[in-house]
Amino acid sequence: MTEPRKRHPLGRMIVQRLAIGVFTLFIISVLVFLAVSLLPGDIAQQILGQSATPETVAAMRRDLGLDQPLITRYFHWIGGVLQGDFGKSLANGRPVADLLATRLPNTLFLAAYAAVIAVPLSVLLGLLSAMWRGSWFDRGVNTLSLTAISFPEFFIAYILMYWLSVQWGWFPSMADPGSNPSLMDLVQKAFLPAMTLVLVVSAHMLRMTRAAVVNVLGAPYIAMARLKGVSKWRIITRHALPNALAPIINVIALNVAWLITGVVIVEVVFVYPGLGQLMVDSVTNRDMPVVQACALIFAAVYICINILADVLAIATNPRLLHPR
Amino acid sequence: MNATKHGISRRGLLAGAAGMTAAGLILPRGAFAQAAPKKGGSFRIGQSGGATSDTIDPATFAAGPVVTAMLAVCNNLVEIDADGKAQPELAESYEPDAEAKIWTFKIRDATFGDGRKVTAKDVIASFNHHRGENTVSGAKGTLEQVADIRADGDNVVVFELKSGNADFGYLTSDYHFIIMPAKEDGTLDWQSGLGTGGYTLVEHEPGVRITLKRRDDYWKADRAWFDDVTLLAIGDPTARQNALITGEVDAINGPDLGTIHLLKRRPGIELVETTGTAHYTLPMFCDVAPFNDVNVRLALKYAINRQEMVDKVLRGYGKVANDSPIAPANRYYAADLPQHEYDPEKAKSYLKKAGMDTLNVQLSTSNAAFTGAVDAAQLFQQSAKAAGINIDVKREPEDGYWSNVWLKKPFCMGYWNGRPTEDDMFSLVYSKGAEWNEGHWDNARFNELLLKARAELDENLRREMYTEMQGLVSEDGGTIIPVFVNYVDAHNDKVAHGKVAGDRFFDGWKLVERWYAA
Repeated sequence: MTEPRKRHPLGRMIVQRLAIGVFTLFIISVLVFLAVSLLPGDIAQQILGQSATPETVAAMRRDLGLDQPLITRYFHWIGGVLQGDFGKSLANGRPVADLLATRLPNTLFLAAYAAVIAVPLSVLLGLLSAMWRGSWFDRGVNTLSLTAISFPEFFIAYILMYWLSVQWGWFPSMADPGSNPSLMDLVQKAFLPAMTLVLVVSAHMLRMTRAAVVNVLGAPYIAMARLKGVSKWRIITRHALPNALAPIINVIALNVAWLITGVVIVEVVFVYPGLGQLMVDSVTNRDMPVVQACALIFAAVYICINILADVLAIATNPRLLHPR
Repeated sequence: MNATKHGISRRGLLAGAAGMTAAGLILPRGAFAQAAPKKGGSFRIGQSGGATSDTIDPATFAAGPVVTAMLAVCNNLVEIDADGKAQPELAESYEPDAEAKIWTFKIRDATFGDGRKVTAKDVIASFNHHRGENTVSGAKGTLEQVADIRADGDNVVVFELKSGNADFGYLTSDYHFIIMPAKEDGTLDWQSGLGTGGYTLVEHEPGVRITLKRRDDYWKADRAWFDDVTLLAIGDPTARQNALITGEVDAINGPDLGTIHLLKRRPGIELVETTGTAHYTLPMFCDVAPFNDVNVRLALKYAINRQEMVDKVLRGYGKVANDSPIAPANRYYAADLPQHEYDPEKAKSYLKKAGMDTLNVQLSTSNAAFTGAVDAAQLFQQSAKAAGINIDVKREPEDGYWSNVWLKKPFCMGYWNGRPTEDDMFSLVYSKGAEWNEGHWDNARFNELLLKARAELDENLRREMYTEMQGLVSEDGGTIIPVFVNYVDAHNDKVAHGKVAGDRFFDGWKLVERWYAA
């Protein structure tokens, strides 16, 4: 038997998954390219809008190289990407890398802001409601979190905005951080969108934590621990939680990925310049290079976070490495 | 002494003043005390229509914060004042020859933001940017009539038109024709973002914000008051409104008409409403049955309830129109034409004339045409039923509406900002063979008058001709124009303004240089 393979099973898995991830990215780039070109109209018509005449449209297509066949355009684009050049926005001629450079940090900041609050909060509340399941606390937390997740996010956003901003004036209703914000500025301005996201994602993680832990609590070794007199909190954190971590980590990963890729509505409501808005604008304009770059970033986020989640799940529960 | 003679004591005067203040509180908003403009302060504007694809290229920019900003950074040769009149701007003076065919513009002594003097070469580059085979400019059609542009020395530009056009001065006020510097090779250096206006461009983050800083050496003494101006792209109407209420911006455009009565109630918020030239249209292809029969067109024109649309779709922020695109804000508006009222009986009689008892038509619509277009179509459907007209409302996808439905479907809906001149509006949409002739309308008398009126310099003769033309469009035309749409802006009490222009929203898109700190 070959020795190294056995020595680093986890490392081997990571490499494998990364390779599949790169292949997935390639497939996604083809799909997105096809999907955008299937949409009615092209960038020339979209940008010129009502003032599009056959002549101006033709001139603009020539100008942007849209008169080339689809395959040529795709290979031209992917050739650039492989050399690290994402090309220029067709709509305003700025390098895509520049557009991303201002938007991506904003998106990551907001996601991190929300995650830092939401993840510990929902795991802690989940553990507490598992510990006191059936109690008023449990029911209260569940009702609140289910209420929060049942409302559409723009509604939560408007409610928060109405009370915390318009009525009481504690936080700004617009989250645009300005050109050179300090960290405190950022934290204060992005508070409302971050809170909205916290309310939207918490329920999911909280419920999963509770369910996973409750599930484990039925196991015989927990009964054993209880019989030997271990405290409730210790049973939950030391005995139940480690065995329930795998599903919790997966749900956290999904939610964090969503925080990065799916928050366009919150961005619009709070005028927060993030990637989601950029991508929606670009799809509307059929601005292929920008759409592609955003899609690749979003896909990469999903792939990386999923790999990370699997690695962590396996690290906490090595049995998962050996599927039955 | 005089005061007591007229029975006004000091106490009375004070009481009177207090009474006046009290009266001031119940005056309609809009009665803010207008102090004389003074320099200083910051101005933050929240505007819709910004996108990450925005560019400052005057060939392709469109009604958003970019245009508002660039109209403050640059000047046009001519600007439209608050009364809708053309005033020389960067042109010190301009005049046509007797046939309105050769137009001579004398350029003012002004400098770009980097200190260079503006010359005829820059003006020519700014116009040529919208001409020629390779231009992508939306204003290309407007300049088709220009045969040649040449310099006469350093500060005189001569436009030679293919045929006379008495309105050419007006046309140069179009927002596309801002004057920017030329490159060495005579092409336009729009990338520089330089202009002769009262502000310089500090930062442009497309679809997010634009910041401007005042120039101290601006040639207009009574404009550009704020030290710095920030334009924020806020697409969501609720977010825009909240930004105004919470004081994060000082002025916004297009407040949500659904909640505008609540906004109006807030202390310190003033609404600015102007009836401009913007209008909604329902074009019918005059060369496609059943619309090729003028009686069918008239039946439909009498089957639409215009007042209901003003009340329900525009919530009162509009004005009933009469199937002519010429608005009260235009110079030669014909106010005396018989108004097409909602009259199902009359509509029926026109149907009968066309030899029909009932009429079935399909109306393509989408909220991409204008906000509330689908509601408007459904109202029309209801009101037309009484006249025996069955309208099948077909809801088209918003995405791609302007390229796939408008100008393609025989009966659909559209929106026009309108134009400051009759000739421009008519030539663009109602003349034979025009690219955007959305109704495929071809009326020989109208086309003849259009050419005649264009070259006519006599005011009275022009008025006569334009009145006749408005009658023709209204009675025979292929487009139902139910309403004119008012421009509505809102601002707080930190900023003030004089009389606002009606040609666009935001004081003719010139609020940056015209408004001042209160």
